Amino acid sequence: MSTATAPPAGGRTQPVRTGRLAGLGGRVAALPRPVKLLLIAFLVVFLYLLPLIDPPFIAPSESDFGGVLFNVATYVLVALGLNVVLGYAGLLDLGYVGFYAIGAYTVGVLGSLHGNVPFLLLLPFAAVVTLISGVLLGAPTLRVRGDYLAIVTLGFGEIIRLIAVNWSWVGAASGISDVPKPPSTELFQIPHLAWVGLVASIDLDDTTTFLRFGVLDQVPYYWLALTVILIILLADIALQKSRVGRAWEATREDEDAAELMGVPTFKFKLLAFAIGAFVGGLSGALFATRQAFINPESFQLLLSILFVAAVVVGGAGNRWGVIFGGIIVSYLPELFRPFADFRVLIFGVLLVLLANYRPQGLFPPRRSVRAKELDQRLEELEEGTPSA
Amino acid sequence: MSFLLHNFVALTFTALVLGAVYGLVALGYTLVYGVLRLINFAHSEVWMWGSFAAVWVMIAVGGGSGKGLTVTIGLLVLAGAAAMIVSGGVALAVERVAYRRLRRVNAPPLIALISAIGASFVLGEIMGLRDQVVGWFGLRDPLNAYVRGARDNTRFANPVESHELLRVGGYGVTNIDVIIIISALLMMVVLDQFIARSRLGRGIRAVAQDSEAAALMGINKDRVVQITFLLGGIMAGGAALLYLMKFGVTRWNAGFILGVKAFTAAVLGGIGNVRGALIGGFVLGLAENYGSALIGTQWKDVVAFLLLVVILLFRPTGLLGESLGRTRA
Repeated sequence: MSTATAPPAGGRTQPVRTGRLAGLGGRVAALPRPVKLLLIAFLVVFLYLLPLIDPPFIAPSESDFGGVLFNVATYVLVALGLNVVLGYAGLLDLGYVGFYAIGAYTVGVLGSLHGNVPFLLLLPFAAVVTLISGVLLGAPTLRVRGDYLAIVTLGFGEIIRLIAVNWSWVGAASGISDVPKPPSTELFQIPHLAWVGLVASIDLDDTTTFLRFGVLDQVPYYWLALTVILIILLADIALQKSRVGRAWEATREDEDAAELMGVPTFKFKLLAFAIGAFVGGLSGALFATRQAFINPESFQLLLSILFVAAVVVGGAGNRWGVIFGGIIVSYLPELFRPFADFRVLIFGVLLVLLANYRPQGLFPPRRSVRAKELDQRLEELEEGTPSA
Repeated sequence: MSFLLHNFVALTFTALVLGAVYGLVALGYTLVYGVLRLINFAHSEVWMWGSFAAVWVMIAVGGGSGKGLTVTIGLLVLAGAAAMIVSGGVALAVERVAYRRLRRVNAPPLIALISAIGASFVLGEIMGLRDQVVGWFGLRDPLNAYVRGARDNTRFANPVESHELLRVGGYGVTNIDVIIIISALLMMVVLDQFIARSRLGRGIRAVAQDSEAAALMGINKDRVVQITFLLGGIMAGGAALLYLMKFGVTRWNAGFILGVKAFTAAVLGGIGNVRGALIGGFVLGLAENYGSALIGTQWKDVVAFLLLVVILLFRPTGLLGESLGRTRA
């Protein structure tokens, strides 16, 4: 922070409201590069080992922790994809589950129902098919005004589900079974930890085979999803820092001004839509292979709304916040399992509270916090300091 | 094609009945959008609560058909009043809880939508869990008739027995069809006149046109917004009773699909346009029925959504244009 940009006396360089968290982020950012890389490596290894560690309190006692983690991972992936559409480009897509479904159905139809394509080929193929569908869908609809876009996409999400219900070529209501699994190579066994209170011991009876994509043990699927997330995350960071990311931001903040400055806003919106679809298709494909069975019931509209909620809860536009949002939306219901009946009710209450008291999400992007402060300062200059 | 031609009259009549209900619910979306430029996602739940109010009143007073003309009319008025009061009350509550604070801080529309989605979940789930909710107060046994089967279809003890009035082209028009279409038209006309002529209506139009100028002219914006929500809720309550007379059952999540359809109707007619809502409802009903006759009933909802998408692409302001603010100053 240079002195030239220091605010007038009495102001602070750190945003006041984000207080301690921003301080922590700043301290991490200020660490020397090798230390940072080491920290990241440590974190990544920890994430891979998490289902084996089975930490007490965090791991829900009743359900299989590997399965829960996989579920969380798909939500995080979806949240990252939707964040490009909603957070970066500012397009409210209420039909994101449609892309999720297209990805899942591509894998199901070509891998089981009408073909025998191996999964590792299908995964990228499903993502590309979804990307194309995103372009086909976005090209006409993205010309529609902001809040109408929400409804059009809502309609499209529902149309895709209804087509899946009624079209016998894709299995109609009975769905698709025997969705192909990723190839397995059984190399060695990894034991899990077992906890008694806070004391851990290695449990040799409870092991995960590296690397078998079976039916019972969900851990390998979690590893696969985590790998995909890390790749997408790197691409996301690179993309947002580039010219494309700035073009999205300009489009989101003021479309007309961006257009006048020479940003082809429509093309960039379409790009965001397509990238979002790509990631949505990926996570749908992962979901399908883990589930082994898909039917239209898996792609209810409620899911779209949960996805949007994940992004908004975390803080649209901030990828770390959005990841956190994805974790919350998928993990909180697991914690609430004792009150399973009231999950949606509690969730609704939280949404209202969040929208009212934390409208930018739990972790708003740093730039929007700064922009807001700037706005406030400008207003004070124009209208005088609000004294009352 | 031949199915469509053979059943043309029947399809048309059922479409008009359904369209009347869509139109009345669409008014709630249209009014709120016209004044606030926000989509009230929770409006479908406002309708759903109204439908349960009607069901409960009939349980309480022992409704049912075949009680003589005066009693039947009395029962209908009672059910309608209950539905309107509850829907109006829920709509006011939604405004208070989900919207007011956000309006004060000028939050972006996206946040208001999230807030409304949350409110919609809460309202829907309370209804779906009503047996457990009353259980907290130890009222489960005394209220059993009202709360049992909370997640199932709940039947409405219809005071009006359906009988055929006249036959047109092979379709027997029933008294219920006639009641629904006429009362929907009537409610629509009353609302239209209220907005066009009354003092409060002028306030609504003024705020829709330019809320800042309206506030400077001494219009209490909060009051106007409340009245807008209330009016939308009352119309939804009326729609709930009419829907129950025709279809006879409701359930905790019945609002969702109807809400999306009603929103489609509002957009079709031109969102923010009161007369457009009714026309949009009728057009949507007709398109759905003719479309599903042509390509199969399972595609009924697809037809509705496709129509919405096509309209938004080619005529985003709807058939009549957005004009709550522009109707005769």
